[in-house]
Amino acid sequence: MSGINLEVKPGEVHAIMGPNGSGKTTLASTLAGRDFMEVTHGSVTYLGKNLLEMSPEERAWEGIFLGFQYPVEIPGVSMVNFMKTSVNELRKHKGLEPLSAGDFLKYMRDRSQLIEFDSRLVNRSVNEGFSGGEKKRNEIFQMALLAPRLAILDETDSGLDIDALKIVANGVNRLKTKETSTLIITHYQRLLDYIIPDYVHVIYNGQIVRSGSKELAMKLEEKGYEWVRSYVNGQEQ
Amino acid sequence: MQDIVEINKFLETQFRQNEDRLVSVSPGFIGNLRREAMHNFSVMGLPDRKNESYKYTPLAGAFATEYAMQLIPSKINLNINEIFTCDVPNLNTRLEVILNGFYFSSDNSLLKLENGIIIGSLAEAARKYPDLVSQYYSKLADHATSSLVALNTAFAMDGLFVYLPAGADLQNPIQVVNLPMTGLDTMLHYRNLFILEENSRGEIIVCDHTLSPFRFLTNSVTEIYAGKNTNFYFTRVQNEHLNSNLITNLYINQEAGSHVTTNNISLHGGFTRNNITITLNGEGSENNAYGLFLADREQHVDNYLFIDHAKPNCVSRQLFKGILDNKATGAFNGHIMVRKDAQKTNAFQTNNNILLSDDAKMNTKPQLEIYADDVKCSHGATTGQLDENALFYLQSRGIPRSEARMLMLTAFVYEVIDKINIIPLKDRISHLVGQRLHGELSRCNNCNMNCGEIQPS
Repeated sequence: MSGINLEVKPGEVHAIMGPNGSGKTTLASTLAGRDFMEVTHGSVTYLGKNLLEMSPEERAWEGIFLGFQYPVEIPGVSMVNFMKTSVNELRKHKGLEPLSAGDFLKYMRDRSQLIEFDSRLVNRSVNEGFSGGEKKRNEIFQMALLAPRLAILDETDSGLDIDALKIVANGVNRLKTKETSTLIITHYQRLLDYIIPDYVHVIYNGQIVRSGSKELAMKLEEKGYEWVRSYVNGQEQ
Repeated sequence: MQDIVEINKFLETQFRQNEDRLVSVSPGFIGNLRREAMHNFSVMGLPDRKNESYKYTPLAGAFATEYAMQLIPSKINLNINEIFTCDVPNLNTRLEVILNGFYFSSDNSLLKLENGIIIGSLAEAARKYPDLVSQYYSKLADHATSSLVALNTAFAMDGLFVYLPAGADLQNPIQVVNLPMTGLDTMLHYRNLFILEENSRGEIIVCDHTLSPFRFLTNSVTEIYAGKNTNFYFTRVQNEHLNSNLITNLYINQEAGSHVTTNNISLHGGFTRNNITITLNGEGSENNAYGLFLADREQHVDNYLFIDHAKPNCVSRQLFKGILDNKATGAFNGHIMVRKDAQKTNAFQTNNNILLSDDAKMNTKPQLEIYADDVKCSHGATTGQLDENALFYLQSRGIPRSEARMLMLTAFVYEVIDKINIIPLKDRISHLVGQRLHGELSRCNNCNMNCGEIQPS
């Protein structure tokens, strides 16, 4: 990837669209700290700090959240234990006392209601045996518990039926504040009917080739990615 | 003394030098068995590397030392509560101690309860109840085919004897603690015999420990007879120092309708080999054999199971899990035999292992031998690393990598720990395993002897 120039301000929602293999997930994973790729040039500054020098857990402590395209199943680790550990690690970083088991359960109940999450799922192992939709909704549930400053949602809409899509979108909208920013990665314009982006960026061949307002997404939906291809090829010639 | 031929000679010499005493000290039937067993040993010798069953667990290293043979009870004024507290909170157990291979008690070495239950010294039981003991002693553990059993049969002087008459309920579990505690490198042979008459039930927990910083080789035999419709739970916890070599030979014979569960937790030790032989010898009997082992540094743990489905309509389940770090090595062999007449057999086997380093090594071998044609058998073995995707997932939620690893390892072992039916024991083992995974359990837990950190010689 080369040529990703992006500035996300507090309170903004940015959408990143692009065809398969254009680098969307690579971008999201890089921001979250996955180490299977190496950043050879360029920089990422988050709240004045060099993000690339931080471990994945440090990024989470600082308020970065990645909603996974393919949430991982972890047999044997219960959702409750996972999220309690996670929430308390974040609290520790903020200098707060860890939540007691009782307080955590209450907090968890409140947050699951806010985003209409089936709280029975928390009694199971992390994502184990969850349907595709349940896994995605579980990502939003975790987001609700961790209350991130920057949420990166990697194709959260893929694999969702229209009702689930609405619930997920509602959840994201409810969690949005003036201080939080959202980066939505998606193939389709559909999700953007429910989460209205301030900016839309089109990524192609590892670079952002166009940026614009919500209308860009509409145009993309209408003309398809072929339009981007010909646009890029035209520029090259 | 690295050569197996030399080792065999050394052991034969030890027997000859002590033969008169060994034979005269026990009742006649045991004395005769000693001679027979030693004869068999001298024919077979210890298994060498050519022996398929010991391919991954060569014995020469464990036997290389010129150990002293412990053939008399140690005269130690031992207050067990002072030096050792195998504390399982909220668990009311009857504590029994085997010190250097001999039943240890301050007063009565063999107790007969009102309901007919007998608990105590095997040597004493053989003297007091020769008819009962001779009916079962050495009937399962075959000294003609296993040279380790032969060695034990020749040398073992004592151990724990438990007899549950028909319909008896042991109520409180028995906890047997094996304590090697001598002032020099020592070879120990102890022997347990548990007899459960029909419709009886009980729980026995065996803890293998070491109490002094010398090199030990323990070669134990435990024979369990589970009569018709009995319920028996057997848990073994091994927690020894790095200079300990532990070989256990467990034999279980199950009659019709009996349910036996064994759980073998190897927490720490230099060299461990567990031989587990189970015979489902009556219709409708059920056996669960579970195990967990944690090995690091240059430790070695081998679990070798043989489940013999001799009769129809029986069920066996095996679940063994292991975590290996540093240069640790491990082996698992699960041999399931389904005899020709054992129709409608259900036999399942799973072995999962996690390697935490590039140098750790695991050899696992399912071995199914099926002669019946209407059976359901399955086996599965996996050996791999922690899932990087899962680790990243946990880290991305703010959980530090070390903590994420611990969460996953804890989850991995939990499946085995969860099978322990005594809740306080389950909690205790869960705690010990947690300590072990955190690297805090590097010597015998709960022991105030301060053996210190002992490096293998």
